Amino acid sequence: MTLVAELPKPAALPGGPNLRQAGRWISSRLAGALPLLLPVAIVVAWQTASSLGLIGNRLMPAPLDVLRAFWDKTISGELGVNIAVSAQRALSGLFVGGSIGFLLGIANGVSSLSHRLTDTTLQMIRTIPNLALIPLVILWFGIGEEAKLFLTSLGVFFPIYLNTLHGVRTVDPQLIEMGRVYGMNGWTLFRKVIFPGALPSIFVGLRFSLGIMWLTLIVAETMAASSGIGHMANSAREFMMTDVVVLALVIYALLGKLADATARFLERRTLQWHPAFQTPAKG
Amino acid sequence: MSQIQQARKFNAWGKGIEPEYGPQAPAPTAERGSAVGIRIEGLDKSFGSVPVLRQLDLEVPAGQFLAIVGKSGCGKSTLLRLLTGLDEPTGGRITFTGPGGEAVTPNARIVFQEPRLLPWERVAGNVAVGLGPGQGGRPAKEKSLAALREVQLDEKAGDWPAQLSGGQRQRVALARALVSRPDFLALDEPLGALDALTRITMQGLVERVWREQGFTALFVTHDVGEAVALADRVIVLDEGHIVLDILVEHERPRLRGAEDLARIERQLLDAIFRR
Repeated sequence: MTLVAELPKPAALPGGPNLRQAGRWISSRLAGALPLLLPVAIVVAWQTASSLGLIGNRLMPAPLDVLRAFWDKTISGELGVNIAVSAQRALSGLFVGGSIGFLLGIANGVSSLSHRLTDTTLQMIRTIPNLALIPLVILWFGIGEEAKLFLTSLGVFFPIYLNTLHGVRTVDPQLIEMGRVYGMNGWTLFRKVIFPGALPSIFVGLRFSLGIMWLTLIVAETMAASSGIGHMANSAREFMMTDVVVLALVIYALLGKLADATARFLERRTLQWHPAFQTPAKG
Repeated sequence: MSQIQQARKFNAWGKGIEPEYGPQAPAPTAERGSAVGIRIEGLDKSFGSVPVLRQLDLEVPAGQFLAIVGKSGCGKSTLLRLLTGLDEPTGGRITFTGPGGEAVTPNARIVFQEPRLLPWERVAGNVAVGLGPGQGGRPAKEKSLAALREVQLDEKAGDWPAQLSGGQRQRVALARALVSRPDFLALDEPLGALDALTRITMQGLVERVWREQGFTALFVTHDVGEAVALADRVIVLDEGHIVLDILVEHERPRLRGAEDLARIERQLLDAIFRR
């Protein structure tokens, strides 16, 4: 009993509970901003080095120059048009390649006949780097939209195909048996058991393919295009406009991040049931 | 049979007589469902050249609680899979019979050892699976909730299976099996993966719903004590043969460890280990 009484009281913090609360609020805000810390620090260091003349502006523009290029290109409308063109190419490639990959993945996962018929061929094509097809694609399609669509579709196809196939094949056979016992078959079994079971894997494929989508598109636009972000960067290089070249890189980074964040958002929304996506709030 | 019906006038598990039919507890609302009889004649099943069941004959009266025990690989799970249509017999015949002895198609349901809930359906949605495809809307929802109430999990209807404990998941699986009011319920070691205390609660629950709904129950287990505590009749399978078939005609609720039950347990264990 006396032990407790003899313990020294904790020294009160100056300012009392209000200040401590404020401190906690600030630290929680800081924790939220933590991922931004490194990019901001790099930009600040970069700008400082440029201003001090440590980095030659002809080879690497200062962040403020890039910002100015962004402003000029936005005002002239050039940037908006190019982003729209690139985004449209990317999305149509994702749609075409993704749909084919998804459908073939499902078909080959469900039917062993379809799997035996097509899988070997697809795996052989997969080993060819799709950018190695560029010379052939230019001969076939010239530098028109078809070339870009073909290349991005092909690039997007494989991650979605492989992961959909894997997802369907790894659906718990006990759940499928349960579904059959309870009278499900065909479409119902697919909708209630197989597709939701494969969905986490399909999302992994989608996020992989988003990366490949931008990569393929950038290369295709740099080599053979008359519009788009890649074309903008490439023509800026001819006039030594390094600020525009760097601007294009920044835009690519932002678009890539946006695509990934969208996929994550969809993942979170559709996979609420998954323990990995559950908020522990509910008991 | 009269013994069995006699036994069913008592209720609940563990303590006292009829506490759940007492004035303070709600009376069971569900009218007792129907039950089918089972007739098995000369049943054979082999996987490749390995025989699992040989020339099995068995008659199960409607509404009986039959437990099957035996060592791993004795064929008890195979018999359950044949009875529920998960596998096809190599030879012989299984007939389900109605009240007049005529052949009928049973409304059979299974509770597996694992709950096998769909992780992407909420608890109520999982129970609704038991109604079969093409069932939806308000009636399905209400039936699912009623079934959940029977296993005392209605307040978890909106949860994901991942949020439940192992015992709760198995109770959801039981509700899914019961929601369509089956006349034949097969349970394949349904409590095998649960801890000892949860098992006792679940045994009481299985016994209660069987008494309320009156289906024919086939309970496969490796736990002889569990079989004796729950079943009207226990069968020991060994290498595809029935080596012992005894009636347990004790009044319910049965007290665990009672001397005469222990004697039956010993008899069963002797048959299993061929002592």
